[in-house]
Amino acid sequence: MKSFYGIQLPNPLMLGTAQYPSPAILEQAFRDSGAGVATVSLRRESGAGQTFWQMIRDLGVLVLPNTASCHTIKEAVTTAHMAREVFDTNWIKLELIGHTDSLQPDVFQLVEAARILTEDGFQVFPYTTDDLIVGERLLAAGCEVLMPWGAPIGSGRGLNNAYALRAMRAEFPDVPLVVDAGIGLPSHAAQAMELGYDAVLLNTAVARAGDPAAMARAMLLAIEAGQLAHQADPIEARDMAEPSTPVIGKAFLS
Amino acid sequence: MLAPWCEYENAEEPVLRLGQSALDWWAARTRVERRGTLVVANPRDLPDLRRFARRTEGYSEVEQSNIAELEPELHGFTKGLHFKNEAHLDPRQALRDLHKQLVDQGVEFYRKLAPLRLENAIDCRGLHAREVLHDLRGVKGEMLVIRCPDVTLTRPVRLLHPRMPLYIVPRGGGIYMLGATMIESEDSSRITARSMLELLSAAYALNPAFGEAEVLEIGVDLRPAFPDNLPRIRRLGRTIYANGLYRHGYLLAPALAQGVADLALDNNHSEMIDEDRA
Repeated sequence: MKSFYGIQLPNPLMLGTAQYPSPAILEQAFRDSGAGVATVSLRRESGAGQTFWQMIRDLGVLVLPNTASCHTIKEAVTTAHMAREVFDTNWIKLELIGHTDSLQPDVFQLVEAARILTEDGFQVFPYTTDDLIVGERLLAAGCEVLMPWGAPIGSGRGLNNAYALRAMRAEFPDVPLVVDAGIGLPSHAAQAMELGYDAVLLNTAVARAGDPAAMARAMLLAIEAGQLAHQADPIEARDMAEPSTPVIGKAFLS
Repeated sequence: MLAPWCEYENAEEPVLRLGQSALDWWAARTRVERRGTLVVANPRDLPDLRRFARRTEGYSEVEQSNIAELEPELHGFTKGLHFKNEAHLDPRQALRDLHKQLVDQGVEFYRKLAPLRLENAIDCRGLHAREVLHDLRGVKGEMLVIRCPDVTLTRPVRLLHPRMPLYIVPRGGGIYMLGATMIESEDSSRITARSMLELLSAAYALNPAFGEAEVLEIGVDLRPAFPDNLPRIRRLGRTIYANGLYRHGYLLAPALAQGVADLALDNNHSEMIDEDRA
């Protein structure tokens, strides 16, 4: 498994911490799934010394703070600095929202913010589209991870454009790639891993499931299955049947 | 709002079970309007309405024509859920009524320091008790009180929203309470423009005439909550702590108070007691 800025993840599930019915259920989802990374959003209004943030630290997993709901470079950079102070990490999931209804990333601002933050010593995980050129620009700006969307945040639609995600994998064979956003079902997560992605980041699909802890576990199992399948070199799809046992010479009259 | 069935959508089972007893309890002590709750969603958020319905009980599905019968001034909603057994009250009037009944029964109230001769104490100070109750946290909530006599709604209406449980509660006389955000933050110093926009947009979405409303009051405070968002009773020495009502103060207070009384008077242990070191 590829490392993320020099860190090996215990498994490829990155789990968000928003929207759970309660912190107790959030904790159970982490415990039952063994997710190795917790993403957490910081709101500027929150101030320091928050009990909720201590709960996130107490999960004992790697924390990936994010700049969720930031619409401008300035907001994102300020939030990133606050995150570094609160969680004592250079990791930042950079989210720059460009469109209110689709929560589509504003990739132009994203590249610029990634450059500023990288120069400032941050290790940036950019939430981006599946556009190859944007991916190249993000790498040129100093990112060592790319996180293309599967579908709009919270939509649960799965991998809207598997072709583009496959092309991205082929284009950046050595870059850790994470499908971030849009996952609704474990089968979506498995599909991302089958494409050769290195991790999956999801939140809503688990937090708003009827039983978040069970869904978190289902996601991990699917992700592990997809990863194993990718490593096992799956067969190609064919148009015609291919009998698994030869027909000729079979004693069909007996 | 006394809305155990709606709240059950995102809460644990005790909220549904213990909350139901609150309706009669309050009705015996203050004015309770039993007109149910109407839950609606914008057409683009209908998956959220289906999800809401799956997670709870005690409702009937309503179509546009039923919505028009229930609340003629709600516009543009094609589907909803009607929780006919839910009720609402005016929380400030309820407190006044409760206070008066206690005074009539000889209870003395001290607004500042209590006399030091207390042998046993019941501590219900919410977040102020966190120096003793270390697993208590604050969850920020923001609300508005508006006056809009042009719009008539007769029961609480919830508008499903991806980020918060938004509701509007008629207080009578054209006054409405609009709530409430839920933010994992312990800063209660201010309401943000974002929260205010979202609350007012929700009212506007229910009926554009709310655009003319007068903003009477802005409320910001922290809800005391334990990690599972359920209330607790703890006895430590001679003090009984009752806390963690979260967003269910009026809904679960009767059950919590009963649990405290059972412990203090009869040494009976209700399900809400999680620690007893008398």
